[in-house]
Order: sequence, then structure tokens, then C-alpha cells
Amino acid sequence: MLNNAILLVSITLMYSTPLVFGALGGVISERSGVVNIGIEGMMVIGAISAAAASYFTQNPWLAFLIAGLCGAAVAALHAIASVTFSANQTVSGVAINLLAPGIALFACRSMFDGAAMTPIVPKLPKIFGANAFAGTIWANLNMNVSTVIALALTIALWFVLYKTKWGLRVRAVGEHPAAADTLGINVYRTRFICVLVSGMLAGFGGAAMTTAIISQFTQTAISGHGFIALAAVIFGKWTPQGAYRACLLFGCTQALVVLLGGGAIVVPSQILAMLPYIMTIIVLVLFVGRSVAPRADGVPYIKGSR
Amino acid sequence: MNAFIKFLRKPLASAIVAIAVGFAVAAIVLAIAGFAPGPSFAALFQGALGRPKYIANVIIKATPILLTGVAVAFAYKTGLFNIGAEGQYIAGTIAATIVGVVFDFPAPIQILLVIVSGALAGALLGAFIGFLKARFGIHEVITSIMTNWIMLYLCNFVVSTDTFHKANSTSAIPINPSGYTMVLPNWKRSEAGIEFLNGIPWLKEVLLKTDLNFGFLIAVAVAILAGILLARTELGYELRAVGHNKDAARFAGINVEKNIILAMLISGTFCGLAGVLNITGISPHTITTIAAMEGYGFNGLSVAFIAGCSTVGCIPASLLFAGLIYGGMTVQEVMGAPSEIINIMIGTIVFFTALPGVTPLLAAWIERRKAPPEELATSHVEARHDAPAGDGAGHDASAKGGEEQPC
Amino acid sequence: MEVSPEYAVQMHGIVKRFGSFTALDHVDLNVRKQSVHAILGENGAGKSTLMNILYGLYQADEGAIYLSGEQVGIATPTDAIKQGIGMVHQHFMLVENFTVTENIVLGDEVCGPLGTLDMKRAREEVVKIVEEYGFEVDPDAKIEDISVGMQQRVEILKALYRGAETLILDEPTAVLTPQEIEKLIEIMNDLVGKGKTIIIITHKLKEILACADECSIVRRGVYMGTVDVAQTTETELASKMVGRNVSLTVEKTPAQPGDVIFSIKGLEVKDERGIDQVRGLDLDVRAGEIVGIAGIDGNGQKELVSAICNLVKAEAGTIEVGGIQIQNTSPRTSLDNAVAVIPSDRHRWGLVLPFTVGENTVLERHGEEQFGKGLMLDYTQVNTFARTLIEQFDIRPAGCEGQVASGLSGGNQQKVIIAREVSASPKVLVAFQPTRGLDVGAIEFVHKALLSVRDSGAAVLLVSFELDEVMDLSDTIAVIYHGKIVGEFAQGTVDEEQLGLLMAGGGVK
Repeated sequence: MLNNAILLVSITLMYSTPLVFGALGGVISERSGVVNIGIEGMMVIGAISAAAASYFTQNPWLAFLIAGLCGAAVAALHAIASVTFSANQTVSGVAINLLAPGIALFACRSMFDGAAMTPIVPKLPKIFGANAFAGTIWANLNMNVSTVIALALTIALWFVLYKTKWGLRVRAVGEHPAAADTLGINVYRTRFICVLVSGMLAGFGGAAMTTAIISQFTQTAISGHGFIALAAVIFGKWTPQGAYRACLLFGCTQALVVLLGGGAIVVPSQILAMLPYIMTIIVLVLFVGRSVAPRADGVPYIKGSR
Repeated sequence: MNAFIKFLRKPLASAIVAIAVGFAVAAIVLAIAGFAPGPSFAALFQGALGRPKYIANVIIKATPILLTGVAVAFAYKTGLFNIGAEGQYIAGTIAATIVGVVFDFPAPIQILLVIVSGALAGALLGAFIGFLKARFGIHEVITSIMTNWIMLYLCNFVVSTDTFHKANSTSAIPINPSGYTMVLPNWKRSEAGIEFLNGIPWLKEVLLKTDLNFGFLIAVAVAILAGILLARTELGYELRAVGHNKDAARFAGINVEKNIILAMLISGTFCGLAGVLNITGISPHTITTIAAMEGYGFNGLSVAFIAGCSTVGCIPASLLFAGLIYGGMTVQEVMGAPSEIINIMIGTIVFFTALPGVTPLLAAWIERRKAPPEELATSHVEARHDAPAGDGAGHDASAKGGEEQPC
Repeated sequence: MEVSPEYAVQMHGIVKRFGSFTALDHVDLNVRKQSVHAILGENGAGKSTLMNILYGLYQADEGAIYLSGEQVGIATPTDAIKQGIGMVHQHFMLVENFTVTENIVLGDEVCGPLGTLDMKRAREEVVKIVEEYGFEVDPDAKIEDISVGMQQRVEILKALYRGAETLILDEPTAVLTPQEIEKLIEIMNDLVGKGKTIIIITHKLKEILACADECSIVRRGVYMGTVDVAQTTETELASKMVGRNVSLTVEKTPAQPGDVIFSIKGLEVKDERGIDQVRGLDLDVRAGEIVGIAGIDGNGQKELVSAICNLVKAEAGTIEVGGIQIQNTSPRTSLDNAVAVIPSDRHRWGLVLPFTVGENTVLERHGEEQFGKGLMLDYTQVNTFARTLIEQFDIRPAGCEGQVASGLSGGNQQKVIIAREVSASPKVLVAFQPTRGLDVGAIEFVHKALLSVRDSGAAVLLVSFELDEVMDLSDTIAVIYHGKIVGEFAQGTVDEEQLGLLMAGGGVK
């Protein structure tokens, strides 16, 4: 029983960690008024950069940071299109999701002799050290440090958004950019920065996959995580804490599926695999319902339009 | 010159610019990777258009994404983002396989039955997503993402069941041949057939070496009908009204909820149809276990955006897309250049179709250079005349401005 | 005029172009210190543009700005704020789900270490200013919860918080009741007494006479001169503003009311947050009569009209048209019972802006046989129909049925809506703020249209926040307060003061 409980917690946290990073990225971007469908693509770029950087520098921490930078670089494309050129933010995001896997695979082949996946790379450490509690059930609670980073960043983002002046300005820009503009707040710059941060966080998410959960980059390392993260943003009503809870819920349903799979009730594995998604819909209908985006979300700001 | 300037303002010009930039970026990437762009592009064109069977294959590959593209474009015009096209496609394949295996009516009836079942599956799934949005206000993006995955696992489940599983393979049993929509599948292999075809080499190549089927014709018809539906019918009028301004539509007595559900239902139907036609049209005529989404739905998104969300525009866009993918395979064979480069090219093209103002800006710049200021009098400037000052038009127009982008 | 420190603000030779359209053509402005200076002009005349330049939201193409005799460059609102200029926009620049305090300090926040917000101290500072100027403002309330009058005071506080010496108020009285307008004038005089300078942009002649010292007139981007308000009249100002003689009163033939055909009894409606807004409203409107409801925004008018349109549920009570109950049915039912409504927000409820003018004219009637049999919509018929309306109602530009509605001016957009509603020969016409944001010419048109609908035998219900409009047009004036009708008077038997009192809740019958 205890074993199952611990396993549940540990698998939940493991599954949800990359999602949390992605979701936080979605929150900061959309709060400032820029829709970011491209989280998936930014996570892919983060995944490959982290793996490659970890391999070449043998330092997973450095790799983590580099992944963030690369994610931000990709986000810069989205930012330039959406903020500077007032492009259609949805299309731009979709384009990034198309470009990223191609760029990632191309980069991988270039760096690793034409291989479509990287070799095994050094991982981020576990919080209690590599072999703590080995052999006991408590070993399962020895989670990867990226999980803690995810929680820390969630708290940090919450704090910044609701307790600092920058957060106030970001939220103002997302709700009523004209009001912020008339008070001297630079709407374009605020949105641009938020989109870059969004990419950085998504990059961390990719890194959390390739340098914490699996230890390499493969073409299927990130497959749909960015979209689940997006769903978590909407589910969590565009708040960091809400998105975090949504990711946990999702991770938990995945964990339940794993536990049930080895259990007494014989359910076909594919049906089990469907459960997290079905449960999410049910929870949405019963508990969440209408979620309202920041008022200016997705609307390019055009100065002088009052 | 004036005609050129007017042309630059049209969405088609933006699309052409986007494609040109896509090629340019691909050339750069190829060069960086050490492959000569010239021969690579030559291989690309050769691989897509060089032989009759290549052209046939491009058409075959274009069929499903034409339909999913139309589905996405249609939904977008009604204010909905149907990212669930992928799941609705899969639903169509599942229904087609089940019905195609279980029943075995004579050909015309069987084909009709299978097609209707697949379209219906897509329709129901789409309607479900629409219902959740209309009734509970749940964003269609979340439910779509969820249903995509549910359909993927449902597909794998069906493949694994005893009834449908094909021994020693990762696929289900193929549907009964009476459901095939290929062009003259039996005749072309018969003695009389082969004798006839020997006289027309290109036709022989196309029929015998490819799975040429009627899917594309159906898809083109659907694209045109969808366009007419939107632009010329009462239903289309209502759907567009709801898509542009739910409040005004409701105020005018239009049933907003019904229209949201209908829009998603229709969009889902197109995707389900895409799934069916792939099962009936091409080998292995059945569903297989899939580890990840195959992308028919997501590629439909790209097609729709390249086409500026015009349903009819999806026809050339899907052919372009399919041509790039299929021709890209030859580039890989001949030049050794990896297929990702094609993906990068396509991503670049879509990215540049997102930038709305580039070609019109260019047009305005040319105009200013050429004509003296007093002669400039175009409608978009007059609109500004009325917009500033205090009647609120400017503020609200910008709020709607986000929706007047490429799509 | 020469540059001198006597003047708080001087703008000389301002030129501003948008593309090939000249919004301001060498406009001059000279505002004396410690005075109230009005800028008068019709919608689209350029007065807001001029002030937006002063506030740094736009840059002038030519011309110079002098503050207290010194030339300055104002490139952004931050510059303007630094120079002591504050602006209260016509459409409030307030974030709805932020509190009053958050809105006031936004961009100039009171902070602790690392940029953390010190909302306690911020609140203290806000309370200090509130008390200094004697405003009635709740620092902790959310903007979406407070009245329009209070929102406006928050906007003024925003400027004062930043040390504004010159305040620009853009159409400040557009949404206020007579009492609130009086209060605002008191506040303005008070501020001037404390050394501030106030510029108000307006097209309301009465207010100018009541509170301004001087008035500059702008017509179609051209400066027409400055007058001493004490020496002028409404009529003179009006003709300077429009360039022709304007009749300021509505010509009305006496009403010939018939039977009651529109009857509301005991209506109760909640708003979107579940709070009661209409609390047992009774009202009858006769055929051939205009009943005008006067009231402060927020007393249930929105919910009343929404219930008539069937956009919201009626918790109790009935709404009858010709004896048939239409409450709690559907918008379609309202329309089918010949109830036509001119909505207050034409962009949100009245028009589908990306549709053509033609498509907009059949928004409620596209299902009719004349516009297409079966599935198809007959666009030729639609456009022919639209063309007749365009001619009949003088919608400009002529022949615009194929043009996208967003390209029309506000006045013409409103004409499209009115043409659409009136041409359906309604039994009941509800006009909610029908002249919001329109210029004098368009207002004239709308009033004439309402009268002609009345004369054709329909029951007209006018709901407006402009007391003048209600008093001029209505045959019967009703006052709404707290979701109930608290007084009904025949036209001519009640004056502004009495109405104002009732509107504010005093002397309930």
C-alpha cells in the first residue's frame, strides 16, 4: 500500500515536471497577451540543445541553462512575428512546431555523425544523491532535481506575477494594453520579453525530458507534451499555480494508469493509456467549465487604436 | 505597375512570397549542411513531377491533407481552431476499418457504407468537441488535444483485438476489397486490362505502380462545396456571423450554440472523410498500431494556413505540400540530404504566411515612391479618416483586427 | 500669439497627417494657467488627436509645444507625465479586474526591495490623495464593480498621483448624470483653485457654458478661433462648430398615442454576476408614443434591454407585446414579435464588422424567402434590399452595400443599424443609447428617425444616459432607479433638477 502510494507520488512528479515548465511558459506568454501554440516546438529545441550540451560539456546544469537560451532563441522568432509584425499568433506558433523538429533533427545529425538520436548523456542529479535509499521503497522518492526546480519556478512565477511591479505590468498589458500604454508602459517590449521567457521555460521543459527522465534526445522525446502543457494553461485558468495543479493532475492520471497496468484488474493497455485524457475531459466538464483568457490575449496591439 | 501593386495586396501574393522565402531558407540550410542547393532542388522537382507515377503519388498524398486542410480552414472561418483534426482523421480510419471488415456488400453499396461510416465518426467526434464548447464553454483546443490522444489509443486497441488483428503484424486485417476506391483495381491486372495498358505507357505506369484512387476527386469536390457552403448559403452566413461576432449573431436571433456544434461537426466530417479515403484508397487498406500521430491532421493545419484559410485555396496548397514531402524523399535518396530540410522549408513557408503585412507593406512603399502625395486615395486611408476621435470605432476595430490576418 | 509663461500650454502650428488624410491643419492652442479651457468640435474634428499629441501618444508632423513659455518635446506619455500633464481618456484606460489602487499606481508603483509591490503603502498614498482632493473613491474596489462616475474619479486621481499640473479631460461628461456633472464641475473649480489648469474636450455646449472660461473651436482639423465663454451663447458655439446654423431643439409634432401594446410587469432580472439589477419594474408604452427612461448608468437599464432582447433570463415578471408574452423565450422570438432594438454598443451587438453592409442589413432576416429559397442565400436580392435602405436613409458612401461595414464612419454604421431595424416595420422599437458617440448631424438624423417610427404607430422605448435627449424626445419620461421605475411624467411637466433628484434616488414616489 505504502509502496503504491510512494510510487504514485514519484511517477506523478516525474511525468508532470516537463509539463510544468511548458505550462509556465504558456502562462507568462498568454498573460502578456501573446498566444503561444509553439510550446511543443520550443520544448523540442530545448530537448536537443540540452542533450547535445550535456554531451559536449559533460555538465548537465550548464546544459539545462543552454536549453533555456535555445528555447528563448526560438521564441524570439515567435516574438518578432507576433509582437513586432502583429502577425497571426496562432499560425506563427504552428509554424514553430513545424520548424523545430526539423531543426532539432538536423542539428542532431550534424553534431552526432548523422545519427537521429544522441548517445546517452549525463543527467541532472537526484535530490538526495545518486544512490540514496537504494534497495528500499523510499528510493522512489529520490526524485530528479528538475522536479524541484519546476516547483520553485512555479512559486517564483506566481510571486513575480502577483507580487511585483513587473507582474502587475505584464497583467495590465494582457488585459488592457491601451491603458498600460497611456501610463508609459512599453507594451511591445513587455510582450517581447514575456515571449522570450516563455521560450526559455519551454526549453527547460525539453531539458527536463532529455537530461532528467530519459538520458538522450530521440525523435519521440517530446511528443505532444507541449500541447498537454497548453491544455494545462487553459485548465489552470492562466495562473501558474493553476497550471501546476493541472500538470499534477495529468501526471497523476498517468501514474494511476501505470499502477493499474500492473494490477489485478486486467484492462487492455491501450484503454488504460486513454484514461488520463478521458479523466481530464471529465474533470474539465465537472469542475472547470468556462475559463476566461486575459482580455487582450491573441490580439496584436496596434498603437493609436483607442 | 498599378496592376502589380494591386496584386501585391492580395493574399496570393503573400503566399508566393512565403514560398519563395521557404525555398531560400532551404537553400541556405542545404548549403550549410554541405549539399548543393541547385541539384537538390532539381532532385526535388524531379522527384515530384519527373514521372507519371510520381505525379500520381503526389496527388495520392495530397488527398487526405486537402480534406483536413479544408476542415481546419472551414472551422477557422467560423471562429474555431480545430486542432483536433488529427483525432477526427483517426476516428474515420477506425470506423472505415471496422465497417469495411465486418460488412461485405457489393461494391457500390459497400463503398458508400464505409465512406458514410468514416465521415460520421469524424462528424460525431467534431460535434462532441463543439458541444462541450457550446454548452460548457470548454475551449476546443483542450478537448481536441485530449480526443486526439484518445483516438490514437482507440486505434491501437482496435488493432489489438482478436476480431481485427492480423496475425504476425502490427496491423488490423484489411477491409474487404468491395470497399476499395482505387481506380479499376481488378481490371488493370486482368489480361484484357494489361493488353490495353501496354498501348498507353504512362497510364500503365500510373495504374500499376501506384494506388491511384478516386479520393482526390472527392476531396476537390468537397473543397469546392465547402467554399460554396460558407460563401453562398444561409448556413454559411450564420456560421461566419457567429465566427466573427458571437454577440451580434445572438442579438440577431441566430442560435450560436447550434452553429458552433454544426461548424465542428462539418469540420470533423471532412477529417473523417480523409481517414476513410486513405483506408479505401491505398494499401494496406487498414489501420495499424501507431506510436505517434501520423500528422494528417496537423499537416492539414499547415495546408490551411498556407492557403490563407480559403477552402478552395487548399487544393493547390495541399498539392504543394505533398509535392514537397514526396519530392523530398528523392532529395534524400539522390543527394543524401536529410528529409528534415523539407520540414524546415515547410515550416518557413507557414511562418511567413503568418506575417500579414509584408507584401501589402511593400505595395504601399512602392506606391509612395511612385505617386505624388495628392494622388494617393485608397479606401484603407479613408477608413482611418473616420476612425480616430471619440466614437469608439478605432478601439473596437482594433479588437477585431486580430481576426483580419491571413486567414 | 506670442509664447509666454502666462500660458500653461501653448501649441502652435500643429499639423498631423494619417497617410493622405490631414487630421490637424496648423492648429493653435493657448491655454491660460489656472483656467478651464474647452476645446469644442464635432466627432472627427481632430480635438482628441490634438490632445493625444500633447500627451505624447502621437507625434505632430509640424508645429511646436510650449509649457509655461518653454518649448518642450513630448515623445511618449512618460514625457508628458514628467512635464506635469495628465489625461483622462473618453474610454477609460482602466484594467477592469484590477483594484482602484492597482490602477492608480500602475507604471509608477510603490515598491519594496527587488521590485516587490508594497500595496499597503500604495494604498496609504492613494488614500492621502483621495482625502486631499475630497474625492469619493474606494481604494480596494475592483474597477468592474464601481460606478462610471467613480471610475472617472479614479482616472483623475491617476493623473493627480503623478503630479499633474495640467489635466486633459476627454469628453468627461458623456457618461455622467446631472448631479455627477455638477460634482465634476465642483472638482474642476477646486483643482483650478489649487493651481491646476484644465483642458476639456467636448461637444456638449451646455457644459462649456457652465464650467469653461475660454473655448477654442476646431472644425475638420482647422482652428476656428477662441471665444470668451462668458460672452457667447450655445447657438453661436454650435454654428462655429458645425459651420452652419444648427437647430438645437427637436421639432416634434404632438403624439397621438393609441393602446398599450408594450407592457412590462414586475420584471426582475439579475446581471451576469447574479446580482439583482431589475427589481420589479412596471412600464407601459402605447402605440404612437415615445417613452424615455432617464437614469444613471448601472440602475438596471442594461439588464432591462437584455431581457427584452431575450439575451438574459427574466427571473420574474412578464414582457408583453400585443398581448403575447416574450420573456424567457429567445432572441428570435423577440424579433418574430416585431420587437426591434437599437443596441447601445453598435460594434458588439449591432454589426458584424467584417461583413459587408449588405450582409449586415439582413442579419436578422436572412432566413426570409425574399433573400433566398432553400439552402442558398441570394446575394443579388440582399444587395438590392441594402441599396434601397442606403438610399432611403442616406448612408454614406452611396452604393456601399458591397463594402465591409468596418470601413464606415460611426454615424453611418448607426444609420445601417437604424435602417435595418426601422425597415422591419416594428411594433416596438427599443433604442438604447442610440446617439452614443455621434456628431450633431447624425444625432439629428437619429432623432428624426425615432420620431417617424413613433408617428407610424409603433411604441418606442428610449433608454438613454443623456438626460437632454430623453427630455427632448420623449412624450412620457420615466425615471429608473435601482431597477424600478420611480416616476413617470408627461413631457413638459418636469424639469431637469427634479429628474436628477429622482435619478439619484431622492424623493422616491
